[in-house]
Amino acid sequence: MTRGRWFAPALVVALAVALTFLTLPVVAIFVRTSPGNLVAALDDPGVLDALWLSLRTTLTALAIIVVVGTPAAYLLATRMFRGHALVVTLVELPLVLPPAVAGVGLLVAVGPGGIIGAKIADAGVRLALETAGVVVALTFVAAPFFIRGAQAAFAAVERSWLEASRTLGASEVRTFLRVAVPAAAPGMLAGLALAWGRAVGEFGATLIFAGSFRGRTQTAPLAIYERLGTDLDAALALSAVLVAVSGALLLTAKLLGARGVVRAAR
Amino acid sequence: MHARLRSTSLLVAALLGAALVAASCGSDDAGNDRSEVVVSAATSLKSGLTSYGERFSDGEAQFSFAGSDELAAQIRAGAKPDVFAAANTELPDALFEEGLVERPQVFASNRLVLAVPAEGAKVGSLDDVAKEGVTIVIGSQSVPIGAYTRKVLGRLDGATRAGILANVRSNEPDVGGISAKLTQGAADAGFLYRTDVVATNGRLKAIELPARLQPDVAYGVAIVKGAEHRAEAQAFVAGLLDGSGADALTSAGFRPPPTK
Repeated sequence: MTRGRWFAPALVVALAVALTFLTLPVVAIFVRTSPGNLVAALDDPGVLDALWLSLRTTLTALAIIVVVGTPAAYLLATRMFRGHALVVTLVELPLVLPPAVAGVGLLVAVGPGGIIGAKIADAGVRLALETAGVVVALTFVAAPFFIRGAQAAFAAVERSWLEASRTLGASEVRTFLRVAVPAAAPGMLAGLALAWGRAVGEFGATLIFAGSFRGRTQTAPLAIYERLGTDLDAALALSAVLVAVSGALLLTAKLLGARGVVRAAR
Repeated sequence: MHARLRSTSLLVAALLGAALVAASCGSDDAGNDRSEVVVSAATSLKSGLTSYGERFSDGEAQFSFAGSDELAAQIRAGAKPDVFAAANTELPDALFEEGLVERPQVFASNRLVLAVPAEGAKVGSLDDVAKEGVTIVIGSQSVPIGAYTRKVLGRLDGATRAGILANVRSNEPDVGGISAKLTQGAADAGFLYRTDVVATNGRLKAIELPARLQPDVAYGVAIVKGAEHRAEAQAFVAGLLDGSGADALTSAGFRPPPTK
């Protein structure tokens, strides 16, 4: 079989090209930052403010996503209804939307001149250019990652467990909280880790909708952009931190996913 | 089986061919008689340079608009546009000192204004901006509009300056970000160039600043060293200094370069 002899090497070459291309930028960040530089740049109060703000806003967004997203995902996983596929598609839409579109959309929806923005303003809530606006932007872009993961995890829970729980007299609320959520937990956490990774990296929607102000709306990615022109060392140091955070989150998602529940969702 | 493989490889070849054609369209397809010039320019020059680009006959003008500081950082990182046009003279001068661009020239000037929404503006004067409850957006320190704004603020009395700074809600990377926040009503006022207000077609209005506060806003342009389209770049800069480029800038509200 001489005809196939080139195929295996071609696969190896393709993977080598892909791997090099995809890891080179990450490697370059660490090559260009010496550990000393990294530590020195992290001493910059502006950099610390950005990291602290990123932590606070992403955790707040995740809390909102879990509280609303978990029951929503449970409904999608356990009930069929007319338009089910359409609803799932709509919920997943932000996954493929360009972040700039998300930012513009939020501005004309809940911004001061937006279609429901005036009502929100009347209630005394300001979102645009405020920390709350960052949370809104992060929630918008990250929620689908969690809902998708949670829906798949709930769908993979053995139906007989839920039915047994009901037969034994547990209410649906109790079944949801005591049986479905614990069983689906690894998959939900994997989705949550991906949502967190997406929220940490959010840039375009935040800049367009929430602006960039130190300590208030300037998250770590926005701080990187602001420093690019004047302080490359600080930009690289922040980038290095985000690589570590994002890598850790991806790894967490993989490990949790490997624990089994997601497997059944295939 | 064979036929299937054949048709699959034909499809792959066709896709690759299409990708190659698409990739080459940008550069070579323009042909020998239609060359181009790549211009990295400050966002505030967008209105003036876009109309100059339509009239420019020595080649197709390709623009990349962003904050002058971002564009300078790209050139420092090794990017090679043909022309760099900034909203100040410091950045082109610095790149010249570093040996990255040829000697810069000043080609236009502009004025800083306080920009407010044309309708329902909460702010009618500079003093209003310092009032509690007013929100403003300005440029970040590194972009020229932000540096000029800080110059203006530095010339105010301490109380007014502190009041204004306390009302800042965003440090935007370029004038486009400031314009967008104002036209969307996300902020009550912002410092912009007069030409930026003109470019919003009446959606914003300008409140002039007193002469004693007005900074010298001058635009510098330079040909990037090792530019791929040097002849076109020279023609482009020449037209900017005196010709259809200068005319286009005047129509967009820019002023001639300050006389020395």
